[in-house]
Amino acid sequence: MSSSNATTFEVLDKDLAKKIDTIIANNDSNSTKLVGILLEVQDIIPKQYVPLEVSAYISQKMNIPLSRIYDVISFYAALSDVPRADYVVQLCDSVVCKVTGNTDLKDSLQDLLGIGINEITPDGKYAIESTACFGACDIAPAIRVNGKVHGHLTSREKVKQVLDNYK
Amino acid sequence: MSKTVSFITENFGKYDPKSIASYEAIGGFTAIKKALAMSSNEIIEMAKAAAIKGRGGAAYDTGRKWSQAASVPGTNKVVICNADEGEPCTFKDRSIIQNDPFRLLEGMIIAGYTVGAQNGYIYLREEYRHLRELLKGAIDQMKAKGYLGNNILGSGFNYSIHLYSGAGAYVCGEGSTLIESIEGKSGRPRIKPPFIKECGLFQLPTLVNNVETLAIATAMMTHGTADYVAYGTEKSPGTKIISLAGNVKKPGTYEIPFGLTLREIIYDIGGGITNDNELKFFQLGGASGKIGSAAVVDTPYTYEDLAKVGLTVGSGGILVVDERTRVIDFVKSIQDFFIHESCGKCTPCREGNRQISKIVDRFVAGDQKSDDLATAERFANIMSNCAFCGLGETAQSALLSAIKYFPEEFGVKGGN
Repeated sequence: MSSSNATTFEVLDKDLAKKIDTIIANNDSNSTKLVGILLEVQDIIPKQYVPLEVSAYISQKMNIPLSRIYDVISFYAALSDVPRADYVVQLCDSVVCKVTGNTDLKDSLQDLLGIGINEITPDGKYAIESTACFGACDIAPAIRVNGKVHGHLTSREKVKQVLDNYK
Repeated sequence: MSKTVSFITENFGKYDPKSIASYEAIGGFTAIKKALAMSSNEIIEMAKAAAIKGRGGAAYDTGRKWSQAASVPGTNKVVICNADEGEPCTFKDRSIIQNDPFRLLEGMIIAGYTVGAQNGYIYLREEYRHLRELLKGAIDQMKAKGYLGNNILGSGFNYSIHLYSGAGAYVCGEGSTLIESIEGKSGRPRIKPPFIKECGLFQLPTLVNNVETLAIATAMMTHGTADYVAYGTEKSPGTKIISLAGNVKKPGTYEIPFGLTLREIIYDIGGGITNDNELKFFQLGGASGKIGSAAVVDTPYTYEDLAKVGLTVGSGGILVVDERTRVIDFVKSIQDFFIHESCGKCTPCREGNRQISKIVDRFVAGDQKSDDLATAERFANIMSNCAFCGLGETAQSALLSAIKYFPEEFGVKGGN
């Protein structure tokens, strides 16, 4: 929440508001679907996050206290209230990926993107996030880029090939 | 000779999971047709005879669970399919949803009919969002063909299935936490009682079953109990889908009869250790599972034999680790995971994990104090006994079993 400031108050234009209305309507404006609604909304916002103004809008539309929306956003790892990046690269940090050599994968990623873990490139294009097991242990070590899983990343060359798909 | 079998997974690759017509063409929906012609009691007796233990990890007897759920009074009940497969080294539910979504949905209908529910909910983890469309498509097609909705196949039974998303929280695999999440809240466990079987989702009587458990229900109904219990051992009948990964040559999901030894699983099915390294240890059942050393690799994979050497089946994850990994580094990784995933609601889990983490860090660096090991064990036992939910109760399984099997790796250095 801390990084929300005046400059981010430009995300919610008429077009986005309309799309959010559709998402809420598709979910029957059902407050029990809040987690799913926030995920869907986050997917259509550049930099993959839910800004304060959007949370406030949803709060008003669905008649849910803003505090509850923030409780949900701040609790779940898949939701963010601060800008992430165009391409969110999630590095599996579980034991399976660790024992199958994700240290090299981590080094390659950091080196190729020029940022550290949980950092964002200055142009806002890439972020590397350390994440819990996403169930791709059969192709470990693995990453997810915007939700898509890539595995068998045992060399720098393979990592580069994957990242080349996201430009 | 292949040691894997094909009972729960018999349809894998046999039909197009996107198409209900292709499922019907291989004899799909036989199970619900049979089930809807039976009484609730008859189905419960079948499940009891098959002795299916819950496959999420707790290994609770499914027949007993269904019987309890059916006997709870109430005309409005729900069934939840727990597809929040969050244990590291567990991806068997993913393989079921990917390859045979209709078998899972049939299982939900059977469970719903048996306990007297009108609604089923699937809680699918965010990490499996790529399977969402497949499941949604399957549900929609079943609705269109009268397998879901009102008066299913003319039986008078009404049942709908709803699909909900998780959002990346391991703790939501715990029943009451999952329910909080489906209700649109942050995931923190509820105090029990009331038990969720009596007062769960939307305060209704609720049955929670794992994906694999429900898939077995369909397979059992299709083929009969006798075909299922023909596999396995006397005390652990049937088959199990394992998730084999780590330092093995052929990681993946495999269906096995209970009773193979861990050696057979790792070397015959898994093809042996990567680069033919030495096996050092394995962890069974995910991050909350215990580890065993290579010395017990000849133990048969059954509930009772694993219990003898202090291990459990859990989720069915089998993480194989070779000589290159230090036990203490492994434990640290598990510890980091639980620090991240603890919801923070109860003190034993929140603070216990934090304090144990500090101690584990000292072991990793080799500058532990003389009383560190005893303190870590004491805190771990407090967590097991006092934590609010299963996460805190089992978070220290790896540490405690590591101390048991590899005491030398926790040896206190002299002079400090």
